[in-house]
Amino acid sequence: MLADAWNYVLAHPAQFATAFYVHVALSGAALALAAALAIPAGIAAARTPRVALAAVGAANIGRTLPSLAVLALVMPLLGTGFAPSLFALTLLGLPPILLNTIAGLQGVDPDVVDAARGMGMAPRTVLTRVELPLAMPVMFAGLRTAAVQVISGAVLAAFIGGGGLGDFITAGIAMMAWPQILVGAIPVTLLALGTDFAFGRVQRRLTPAGLRAP
Amino acid sequence: MIRLEALTKRFADAAAPAVDALSLDIGEGEICVLIGPSGCGKTTTMRMINRLIEPDAGRILIGGRDVTGEDPVTLRRSVGYVIQQVGLFPHMTIAENVATVPRLLGWDAARIARRVDELLERVHMDPARYRDRYPRALSGGQKQRVGVARALAADPPVMLMDEPFGALDPLTRTALQDEFLRILRELKKTIVFVTHDMDEALKMGTRIALLRAGRLVQYARPEAMLARPADDFVREFVGADRALKRLALLRTGDHATPGAPSGPLPRVRSDASLREALAALLDADADTATVIDTHGAAVATITLAAIRGVAGAANDPA
Repeated sequence: MLADAWNYVLAHPAQFATAFYVHVALSGAALALAAALAIPAGIAAARTPRVALAAVGAANIGRTLPSLAVLALVMPLLGTGFAPSLFALTLLGLPPILLNTIAGLQGVDPDVVDAARGMGMAPRTVLTRVELPLAMPVMFAGLRTAAVQVISGAVLAAFIGGGGLGDFITAGIAMMAWPQILVGAIPVTLLALGTDFAFGRVQRRLTPAGLRAP
Repeated sequence: MIRLEALTKRFADAAAPAVDALSLDIGEGEICVLIGPSGCGKTTTMRMINRLIEPDAGRILIGGRDVTGEDPVTLRRSVGYVIQQVGLFPHMTIAENVATVPRLLGWDAARIARRVDELLERVHMDPARYRDRYPRALSGGQKQRVGVARALAADPPVMLMDEPFGALDPLTRTALQDEFLRILRELKKTIVFVTHDMDEALKMGTRIALLRAGRLVQYARPEAMLARPADDFVREFVGADRALKRLALLRTGDHATPGAPSGPLPRVRSDASLREALAALLDADADTATVIDTHGAAVATITLAAIRGVAGAANDPA
């Protein structure tokens, strides 16, 4: 069956390459958008405990919504294609990044922040020189979770004409053609695992030396 | 050097003000200890001086300058700040931690590096060994040494210290108290020192301000507070053993009678405290002891009666 899947790829190289490219572009763009929205929102929310609590609540509700339900809700509003898929996947990526940004900032030792303020750091300096570097490992872990979710969630974009590797899976299911399902499923799995591994390495590198295990 | 005028702070959810029209004058080079039971407003008062808490009313003058209207960020760079939990930046090296305020002030790298080494030496942390380490690798006492070095970095005339030795074990605490007392006296800093420990207050303070419910109950030199407590609250707060505490603050040489006695008597150094002299007399079951100078020569006599006289003065309700 694996050989059949491989032969399928060899028989349709352009189609596979396009699907792979669309999948990566869709996931990458969604992750970047989600981070661009959720990180500043998380920083703003973490300043006020009450706002942070509300944001965490909202993010947790967002996280429990099935991805398919998000797509089903998006389709009647935005139609089909790349843009609605991007919108849905961005929504999918927001909660883990938002939650971990808030958790990371709230996890910074208040005595350290008090010392920073007491020595005359302006609020922005406290954020950039003390809070963000110390919250970075937790924040990046959120980005890593979001990346894996968005890459695997992007399979569902095929349902609303967003393209990507999900196309092979949905077509394969429709025709009960196992090799074709694998043509979609195996690269998505490898992509998700590879991203998780690569982000893990970056996360370790971004962890300040003073915080790393000796 | 520091002058608080009718300083008042009421927190939003509290019925009574945390600090209630508090006025205090702290002279240059003084170590003013703010002490009192928890909730008396001592920490709030200290945190108003560098405007980490904004006063509701009243003025703060530092070196004659009203700082109540100044930019708090600029103000804090000229006021050293040391807290109990130290608050070293865990992601920065020891050198980077000490360099915090000089960096904020825009000193050049060479000047900062020189200053960091100088300060680490002053607090007995070998620069070559510790400069590039991270706070995680330090013991509690070492962390507070670095904390004090960091607060001294830009040579601020005024320092605020909030229970700086409160989290240390008794041996380390005593060692650091002695060491920092010496450093702070050398540098002639004006210090506001918050503690809840009367023994620490008596040891560190040149003046003690005893607070209760946001008000100043008594402001006096340690010896005077022990000898003449303002009221029953002060008397209770300083403790039933205040006669002994007071003896610990007084030098034997100051209360001895000149002239060396003859005969085998216990010997006490003239720079020892009267408490130590009393212990020596009780140990030897003697009424009289020989007071010797730093070279070991007998110069005076101290008697049990003389010590009792000094101690008794503390027990007279003044």
